[in-house]
Amino acid sequence: MITEELMDHLAWLARIKLTEDEKREFLRDLNRVLEFFNEIDKVNVEGVEPTTHTALLTNVLRDDVPRKPLPQAEVLYNAPEKENGYFKAPKIL
Amino acid sequence: MSVKAYRLEALEIVRNIKEGNLSITDVIEEFLERIERVEKKINAFITLRSKDELLQEAKIKDRLLKEGKARGLLFGLPIAIKDNISTRNLRTTCGSKILYNYIPPYDATVVKLLKEEGAIILGKTNMDEFAMGSSTETSFFGPTRNPWDLERVPGGSSGGSAAALASGEAPLALGSDTGGSVRAPASFTATVGLKPTYGLVSRYGLIAYANSLEQIGPMGRTVRDVALLLNVISKHDPYDGTSLKVKRPDYLESISKLYNLHRKVKIAVVKEMFEEGVSREVVAIVGSVVNKLVDEGFIVDEISIPIIKYALPTYYIIAMSEASSNLARYDGVRYGFRANVYGDWNEVFSETRGNGFGKEVKRRIIMGTFALSAGYFDQYYLKALKVRTLIIREFKKAFEKYSILISPTMPTPPFKLGEKIADPLAMYMSDIETVTANIVGIPAISIPAGFTKGKLPVGIQLMANYLKEDLLLTMAAFIEELTGLRNLIAEV
Repeated sequence: MITEELMDHLAWLARIKLTEDEKREFLRDLNRVLEFFNEIDKVNVEGVEPTTHTALLTNVLRDDVPRKPLPQAEVLYNAPEKENGYFKAPKIL
Repeated sequence: MSVKAYRLEALEIVRNIKEGNLSITDVIEEFLERIERVEKKINAFITLRSKDELLQEAKIKDRLLKEGKARGLLFGLPIAIKDNISTRNLRTTCGSKILYNYIPPYDATVVKLLKEEGAIILGKTNMDEFAMGSSTETSFFGPTRNPWDLERVPGGSSGGSAAALASGEAPLALGSDTGGSVRAPASFTATVGLKPTYGLVSRYGLIAYANSLEQIGPMGRTVRDVALLLNVISKHDPYDGTSLKVKRPDYLESISKLYNLHRKVKIAVVKEMFEEGVSREVVAIVGSVVNKLVDEGFIVDEISIPIIKYALPTYYIIAMSEASSNLARYDGVRYGFRANVYGDWNEVFSETRGNGFGKEVKRRIIMGTFALSAGYFDQYYLKALKVRTLIIREFKKAFEKYSILISPTMPTPPFKLGEKIADPLAMYMSDIETVTANIVGIPAISIPAGFTKGKLPVGIQLMANYLKEDLLLTMAAFIEELTGLRNLIAEV
């Protein structure tokens, strides 16, 4: 079961701030989704290997050749805040 | 010409342009007129390119044509592109507030290929936010409406692309399919949508939702139009590590080559996919198409794949887990929306994401975070990956005996706007028929099967083994001819 504490913890891990209304609504929704997830409990997977992707290949190698990157102005174009050719982030400490 | 260009199949438009019967300027003007007339009711596009820009491009291409310099399989053909596929200098929002102003600095590989073949991009189509939905109702830019019944949803998440096709706003479109997002709207709008084999089409520039499941897919109003578009976008791409280095046939040629051999094809209907939760009317309509195949001399067996009943939770655990990781990049620093708050990194980050994502996206990120978190990883994510192995095994077994598997595409006809949006699980159930092809990585197509008594579209789904798009498209073209349901445009 997903308790309010667990939901708060998960939202924190995902860095998503929930409003009080959302918390009430999500607690109900998430537990219904969890019940739905639990259906796979019934499947016996003993000795079965997991599949992470279905691409019909293993390793992909390429030559280590430098390429021209995007111009700095284009990379910064979409940034909400920038300064002297840098992205401007909120303070970390 | 007596027939309006917007009513023509893509192949016909391309041919008429090439033969000089239609100017590209006329084609673009006709589509702009049609869009002007119906878009207010449909809301298929999030971003449309300006009339001036489009006519300018048409003029340049008309001149090239006159000078004998026209090159490309789609020369002069307008096309609509789902808004999670990056287009250089053209806003790409993913249907989300968090990317409401994002202008990609580069083209997705598929877009580059379209441009190389001479296609003209009309605009970017509406979608469920980050492709998370089955109705196109979770878009930050408002829902798209079904051209066959404006009270109903067009399916999703590529609902804008499908609605643009069904209303005659575009002759061809791109969508993306993570758990049915190309096929579901094809089924709900009486159009055609293909999810290719995983790795056939490059995902470079597709904004990721669940990378191990998704593929960009061609959408059109006829099977041959879809084959034409697949010819353009199916190419190995060194920029996508999962892109397959295999020889790709000319799919249009395959259809004509294989057409007469098709009766040797062994077909099976999958019993479980006609049972729980599937509406009677849908079963009857899809069943009548299967009966027509039997009348044509095909041997159609019924097979049972019991593990299919676990496909839906398996899909959602994997998709949400991958989503929680993929969507970690939206931090409000490098692009997109940033909440207007002061505080440290964590506060700004959390506020930006709490505010910038819609409810369904937040639910999925949180549940994905749960499935991947310490203490729950083995029970949910890892277990789902193992069930995935079992499902793949069963499908490989089925394909040892049969070349084509048949099911409905959607368990119901198109539902009403608002009918399922408040109940996430009811919405997830809509994907019950489509997710399996993504779990397994095989190609699957939806084509029109018929209409209900209430005149609502119903689609039939065909699945084939890995890289058997040639056979899949051939069978689809054959069924299309049997039903006569092709190139359908709603009056709106």
